[in-house]
Amino acid sequence: MAVRRLAEPALQPKSFAFTAENLDWAKGQIARYPEGRQASAIIPILWRAQEQAGGWLPQKAIEHVAALLGMPKIRALEVATFYTMFNLEPVGQFHVQLCGTTPCVLRGADKLIKLCHDKIGEQFHVTADGKLSWVEVECLGACVNAPVAQINFDYYEDLTPQSFTTLLADLAGGNQVKPGPQVDRQLSAPLGGPTTLTDPNLYARRRPGQGLQPALLDADAKTPGTAANLREAPVPKPPAADSSASGKS
Amino acid sequence: MLQDKDRIFTNLYGLHDWGLEGARARGAWDGTKAMLGKGRDWIINEVKASGLRGRGGAGFPTGLKWSFMPKQSDGRPHYLVVNADESEPGTCKDREIMRHDPHLLIEGCLIAAFSMNANHCYIYIRGEFIRERERLQAAVDQAYEARLIGKDNIHGFPFDLVVHHGAGAYICGEETALLESLEGKKGQPRLKPPFPANVGLYGCPSTVNNVESIAVVPDILRRGAAWFAGIGRPNNTGTKLFCISGHVQKPCTVEEAMGIPLRELVDTHAGGVLGGWDNLLAVIPGGSSMPLIPANECDHLLMDFDGCREHKSALGTAAVIVMDRSTDIVRAMARISYFYKHESCGQCTPCREGMGWMWRVLTRMAEGRAHKREIDMLMEVTTQIEGHTICAFGDGAAWPVQGLLRHFRPEIERRIDEYAANPHPDPVRIAAE
Repeated sequence: MAVRRLAEPALQPKSFAFTAENLDWAKGQIARYPEGRQASAIIPILWRAQEQAGGWLPQKAIEHVAALLGMPKIRALEVATFYTMFNLEPVGQFHVQLCGTTPCVLRGADKLIKLCHDKIGEQFHVTADGKLSWVEVECLGACVNAPVAQINFDYYEDLTPQSFTTLLADLAGGNQVKPGPQVDRQLSAPLGGPTTLTDPNLYARRRPGQGLQPALLDADAKTPGTAANLREAPVPKPPAADSSASGKS
Repeated sequence: MLQDKDRIFTNLYGLHDWGLEGARARGAWDGTKAMLGKGRDWIINEVKASGLRGRGGAGFPTGLKWSFMPKQSDGRPHYLVVNADESEPGTCKDREIMRHDPHLLIEGCLIAAFSMNANHCYIYIRGEFIRERERLQAAVDQAYEARLIGKDNIHGFPFDLVVHHGAGAYICGEETALLESLEGKKGQPRLKPPFPANVGLYGCPSTVNNVESIAVVPDILRRGAAWFAGIGRPNNTGTKLFCISGHVQKPCTVEEAMGIPLRELVDTHAGGVLGGWDNLLAVIPGGSSMPLIPANECDHLLMDFDGCREHKSALGTAAVIVMDRSTDIVRAMARISYFYKHESCGQCTPCREGMGWMWRVLTRMAEGRAHKREIDMLMEVTTQIEGHTICAFGDGAAWPVQGLLRHFRPEIERRIDEYAANPHPDPVRIAAE
């Protein structure tokens, strides 16, 4: 478990209220769940509150959401402190969430962590210009593109110390950056091109209503409920009669 | 090697249109109404006959799980919940389905929900997958617009689909924690029984399935259960998305037949182990919760449920983490322990306290600052965690440590001896990898 507390009172804003647009959006979210189950919408709505508050959740925002959903404050506080994507203290304009779990470390995430320490500072420290902050997170779920960092909404994959340095400099300098793999690679396909799905017939245009042909046309090879391991293709039957013999006579 | 025509996820790499039109051209939403027309029992029997086992880690037969839902409604609505909270280290397969083949998932949701008489479905996607969620939501909107799903759709079965998201908690991948989280609470698992099939989401009968389990169902029904059952070995049928990460030349996600030998998988698709096959130290075959398998057992390892079980590990999510001889194996496992310490929900004491304890001991062992008797003590503690918690998180955290101790005990003892010969107060310097 991670110990997570609200930010110091000195950092907390005095008040928080949703903008009219966000309030409408939140009401739309509540409507997606059954009546009386509006608490279900708390994560999406807290998430929107975090966006509105500039990337972190002040105490007033949590209380505002609790009031909106008709929940006791403590229930909303529980949720906000349990889920680690809610930042409880201020973060930079670009908040770098760097994956430090084993698959990323095997591909060199250690060096990126050190680089963050050198370039940005301690975790959750915001640089003087307010642009950057970072935190080491657990598995981001893009392990074949390790090492990975999530910066605000986008994943930046296949990082190296060089490309990561450039990326941080570009973000701080306000330059355009490209999300996704930072090497020449098609998303999760192997470097140098896919080894599968290369058959052009797969993507030949089919007429509407005409889907993939079944691989096995054998309708009587099985009956409903037969166990999978009993479902070998039937042994081919020998020809019913010897046609050559009948031809001779 | 599996042939391209037998692959289900034909847009795995996002080279083609993910939208409704593109998905239809690749065969999605074809004959869905006719499949629903054959009735609930036919669908469940077909899925049972295909031998499909859950793709989320435990490998429970999907058709059997569906048949646990009450046949007659007692007035409570039924729910289908799709677990897209993919957070197991090493695993990144559902992400590709949701961003590149979302319509297969949506069609699968409709079919699965129909077979369980559930008019509502929730897809719980992990919070970090923001772009994937946007893509999935866009696909759901397309399906609503084309009246493929919705209250009044062309299939004649009222069906609503809501894309919900979390906010960064690994434990929400556990089915009852996921339901708690979906209800707007902390994601802390529930005691079972009652099982979700009786008392699940909002106290109603619910079934929780992995994204991949659901997304393969339309193709199984279209091509026939015998086709799916004909791939792989008995009891381990079908195709599977494998994620190969770590020390390989070209890490990738690929769809392959179940039961493919590990070596063939790594050599064909991932370009081989860095430094050649002989440079292999160990693999974790199914995401970080599964015990590692050392190199000498990897030569003939078959990648399916039974094949991994023979080596005292498990297929899990089929996320292969490859480690070569340059790996500091004790440190790598200590980092996995840190992951579990960080992600424990704190509900059960053996897990909450045990995770931190295991991590601290392993960190010391990585440096050699330990006694040899502590190795046995660590093993004993893992067995005291395993099976003594509400959910399987405790097991999943204990197994990798047990795997390490089982196969790399000499390495830990060597480090202890080395440190004992030269005790020093400074932290051991760690060579950069």
